Amino acid sequence: MSAVFEPIAARPAPVKTEGFLPWVRRNLFGNWRSTLTTVALVALFVYWLPGLADWALFSAVFRTDADVCQAARGSGACWGVVAEKYRLIIFGRYPYEEQWRPEVATLVLVGLLVASCIRTFWKPWLAAVWVVVLAVFFWLMYGGLGLSVVQTDRWGGLPLTIMLATLSIVLAFPLSVLVALGRRSDMPAIRTFCVIYVELIRGVPLISVLFMASFMFPLFMPPGLTIDVLIRVLVGITLFAAAYMAEIVRGGLQAIPKGQVEAAQSLGLSYWQTQRKIVLPQALAMVVPGIMNNFISIFKDTSLVTIVSLYELTGALGLALNSDANWRPFKIEGYLFITAIYFVFCFAMSRYSLWIEKRLNVSKSR
Amino acid sequence: MSHQASHSHHGNHHIIAFDKVNKWYGNNFHVLRDINLQVKKGERIVICGPSGSGKSTLIRCINRLEEHQEGHIVVDGTELTDDVRAIEKVRKEVGMVFQQFNLFPHLTVLENLTLSPMWVGRLPKKEAEERAMTQLKRVRIAEQAQKFPLQLSGGQQQRVAIARALCLTPKIMLFDEPTSALDPEMIKEVLDVMIELAKGGITMLCVTHEMGFAKAVADRVIFMDQGQIVEENSPHEFFNNPKSDRTKDFLSKILGH
Repeated sequence: MSAVFEPIAARPAPVKTEGFLPWVRRNLFGNWRSTLTTVALVALFVYWLPGLADWALFSAVFRTDADVCQAARGSGACWGVVAEKYRLIIFGRYPYEEQWRPEVATLVLVGLLVASCIRTFWKPWLAAVWVVVLAVFFWLMYGGLGLSVVQTDRWGGLPLTIMLATLSIVLAFPLSVLVALGRRSDMPAIRTFCVIYVELIRGVPLISVLFMASFMFPLFMPPGLTIDVLIRVLVGITLFAAAYMAEIVRGGLQAIPKGQVEAAQSLGLSYWQTQRKIVLPQALAMVVPGIMNNFISIFKDTSLVTIVSLYELTGALGLALNSDANWRPFKIEGYLFITAIYFVFCFAMSRYSLWIEKRLNVSKSR
Repeated sequence: MSHQASHSHHGNHHIIAFDKVNKWYGNNFHVLRDINLQVKKGERIVICGPSGSGKSTLIRCINRLEEHQEGHIVVDGTELTDDVRAIEKVRKEVGMVFQQFNLFPHLTVLENLTLSPMWVGRLPKKEAEERAMTQLKRVRIAEQAQKFPLQLSGGQQQRVAIARALCLTPKIMLFDEPTSALDPEMIKEVLDVMIELAKGGITMLCVTHEMGFAKAVADRVIFMDQGQIVEENSPHEFFNNPKSDRTKDFLSKILGH
């Protein structure tokens, strides 16, 4: 007689392992060492918190009165400096009475950025919207057609930061994909060119690229022909960022199994169809964290353009405080203010990166 | 080329012809040696041999996943050269199924199937989807159309891969060890689909060690070793009356237990 196979019914685990409390028990109080560490860290936090809160809030001066601030120095923060100087910090040297223009322009651009992050809008017409919005942005910033002209050397502050970061990201990303594909091309000339480009750019700090773009490049131009320094700097940042990103993208390309390309070829897809439909969607989804890392660092690296006299957010802070002896001592508060601004943008990018990673990897979940 | 023209006018022409084909990997690995092979329309061929004998390389030359350095390969009247258009033309007529399935994991099953008809065949989406569903039904997996490949079992994935290759309505199907990566329990469901396909009259070249499959459907069995075709024969003769000692030795190893 053969034995009968009787399946054992599944039942839940005897000890709960998922949820908040089990997590705390396991990770914070798992053994005496982690319990000790947890207690010590909480104690330290409780010890420091009142002092920090006192400096930042209770003893802080919120009025735009330099004398009161001066009196509170050492015991309380002077947020008055922000209230007094925020227009200069945010908009730099842009003419005071025209500052609604960069404000509107930046809001429109940020609005488009947010919209571009949403998958529903990933349609061909989005590219057209970008062209329109950028045209509106530059019209508002520069003027003409009924608005007074504001030369680019007067542009500054947050609008300049956002514009530089946005444009260099938008231009550098496709360029980096092309360079990454080029480095893996069968054609030796293209491959060599891409290798030289990446290695050259990676061997140079961004500051020297900016110096070259702003001071040396004009020397090589025929007399009479000038390209606006803003454009030269923008091209410099773009080329710099693209070289780094190209290597990240190449890492993703290398992770795609050869069989994927072979399957696409066997189905008759051309090189570009294969890259666009099969290789890049998978490769880019894999390198989202690295790419976003680069986006964030481009955003912050724009602060380096100060050295070629373009006063973006960080530069505008210096501009606002250095020239005013009354407020100069409160630079720390000013820096904390722009730190908060940088943080909001970078944190948003970082959260978006996590979200998009999850969305793109839906197919991997079983 | 008059040679090709005369081909297509005769009823009994060869849909695939290898003429003294040689191929090397790098400078020193001579992987295909003087391969001569003619395949008639509708013929079903099983290729077997030890690993490294060049059998996968042989069928991968047919849709130019591998380039040959010497000799001529003509597929349905088109000679395979560096000419991209010739390669594209041949690939539209040749479907391929791989050992590792090679489904596109970021696309759903349905999208895997409609990709080529839409982008290569320029079919409208609706028509491509209808064609895809027909093929999915044929491999008995239509209910999985909206899933992603990694949500399916190995056997199901391989059946999707077969359906994907069929969506181009190819004249020739190439199978490169289609059951070697499958759990034992799933081999049969894939072989059943392949047997059905073979009965439908499509030209088939299949690299496999499933000797039961060879006996059931093959018109001809080809045995390769060290880059050469050692022996080709009808399945009955091949298994019962092998000509060379090398074939006997091979058969004793795979059938011996």
